[in-house]
Amino acid sequence: MSNTTFQTIQHSKQYNWLVKNLFSSWVNTLMTIIAAIFLYQVGTAFLDWAFFSADFKTNFQGDLITDRNLCSKNIAPGEYGACWAIIYARFDQFMYGLYPVEESWRVNLTYALLPFAIVGLLFDKLPFRKYFIYFTFIFPFIAYFMLYGGPGLSVVGTNKWGGLLVTLFLGVTGIGLAFPLSIALALGRRSQMPIIRSICVVFIEFIRGVPLITLLFTANVMLPLFLPDGVNPDNLLRALVAVTLFQSAYMAEAIRGGLQAIPRGQVEAAQSLGLSYWQTTRKIVLPQALKIAIPPIVNTCIGLFKDTSLVLIIGLFDLLGVGKAALADMSWTKLYYEVYVFIALVFFIFCFGMSRYSLYLEKKLKTDNS
Amino acid sequence: MSVEQVIQLEKVNKWYDDFHVLKDIDLVVDKGQKIVICGPSGSGKSTMIRCINRLEAHQEGKIVVHGTELTNDLKNIDLIRKNVGMVFQQFNLFPHLTVLENITLAPIWVKKLPKKEAEEIAMSYLEKVKIPEQAEKFPGQLSGGQQQRVAIARSLAMNPDIMLFDEPTSALDPEMIKEVLDVMIQLADEGMTMLVVTHEMGFAKTVADQMIFMDEGRIVEQATPEEFFDNPKSDRTKLFLSQILNH
Repeated sequence: MSNTTFQTIQHSKQYNWLVKNLFSSWVNTLMTIIAAIFLYQVGTAFLDWAFFSADFKTNFQGDLITDRNLCSKNIAPGEYGACWAIIYARFDQFMYGLYPVEESWRVNLTYALLPFAIVGLLFDKLPFRKYFIYFTFIFPFIAYFMLYGGPGLSVVGTNKWGGLLVTLFLGVTGIGLAFPLSIALALGRRSQMPIIRSICVVFIEFIRGVPLITLLFTANVMLPLFLPDGVNPDNLLRALVAVTLFQSAYMAEAIRGGLQAIPRGQVEAAQSLGLSYWQTTRKIVLPQALKIAIPPIVNTCIGLFKDTSLVLIIGLFDLLGVGKAALADMSWTKLYYEVYVFIALVFFIFCFGMSRYSLYLEKKLKTDNS
Repeated sequence: MSVEQVIQLEKVNKWYDDFHVLKDIDLVVDKGQKIVICGPSGSGKSTMIRCINRLEAHQEGKIVVHGTELTNDLKNIDLIRKNVGMVFQQFNLFPHLTVLENITLAPIWVKKLPKKEAEEIAMSYLEKVKIPEQAEKFPGQLSGGQQQRVAIARSLAMNPDIMLFDEPTSALDPEMIKEVLDVMIQLADEGMTMLVVTHEMGFAKTVADQMIFMDEGRIVEQATPEEFFDNPKSDRTKLFLSQILNH
């Protein structure tokens, strides 16, 4: 008996929600209907193209697709579905670039370890978090050894790196290196010492005032001019320098916002207890400021992750670069939609993940502070 | 028997840009003395005690604490602050640390005490302010009165010779004022040197050796509580007292 009553209440609640949010007035009702028709049209068309009428490994005749001429849409006039075979054929390049196939397990292992290196930073209540953080600091060395090689592993030059590997390398390393630099910049910008403050202000404003493409070109063309003869960092490293500087300026501004939100009384209380500037900064100011600044920091990280695709312009084969290369291949040419949709999907997975994390944090911070 | 002077202010002047906040302040505090400072808002009373641990810098005159003159030399300021505790109107507890961590922070990082010893000291002061059971909570989970008592314990844990109180009960609900004042009275009974900015005149009568009345950046009147309340000399003091005592 009580069970049925419960269900009626449930039902009426959903009904109320619908009435309140979608059909509250005739304008609202009209908008709801138009939106529903639009979503239905676009959604079914896309799903049909991407799944129901699409070729995956084989075409509608059941033959394995080895070049674009075997795609259903290029055989039969009535067929129009996507031809995902290009993604299968080029999958290794999308993931590793020109990394030797027999060594690709090294990249896979690094990909597999990456979540363990990050998870400790993301969740403060994680069990054994301390050990995860230790791993975070060891991980860059493991990753360098695994990816580049060294004693016991053959060297794979960065000119062979490509695809998702380059995208993730630039994104993750750029963000990782930019983080400490941005803290220094944000603190420097609020420093009492005019020289330090001016250096930080000029640096931040200069970097923020210049497009990333310009920085990439500058790093690529001009960096060798400033370095001593014989020191000639490779293309990927030059791009990394540009990306790191770029990201650090934006992150510094996000962190400065957090610093400004800390009441002056916090610093005064710490000072009145005899804590030095650095102790106050490390123990009182930064922990609180960074907590506030995490959502805007994640925002800049999402921006940077997408911006890494610009390295295509200085001749690096990131995910987008590999896609363009695939399209330039005579046997796969003209499959633009498939390639770009796939690349968009990969970027979306990472950026959506970061965005959800940021939302989760905002909720968590709200409950923490109440 | 000579009395040790722990704080001396001589002709101290301070400006915020064009605004002259402190005008020729002269003050001597003996060891163990309790001084209550009152006056209308904007009279410079908070600024004066904030100059004593150099949260604010003065521009003219001389401030000597424990025989050390306060100058721009950074090292001696950290030394002074270790020995001068301060309690703020807004408590200023560290919200991201537990009560226990709030109190042990400075003993561990400034005095370099081992964590265990610092925690024992912290617990003894929490017992003194009568809230040892709150040690593992965060400041946001405590009432205002409890937070202020934690703030007092936090200052005491550094074992200071002088305690400065900047309107410690002004931000509290009326029913919580007493629990904080009781702790302060207990502290006074133990012989702590105290400078208290407050409008709690009952507390002043119980505890103060000296009353100071400030107005427009000057010390207008300084007297024993008996004289101050029964027979104030200046008209400004009389007006102020009549306003805060008869409402």
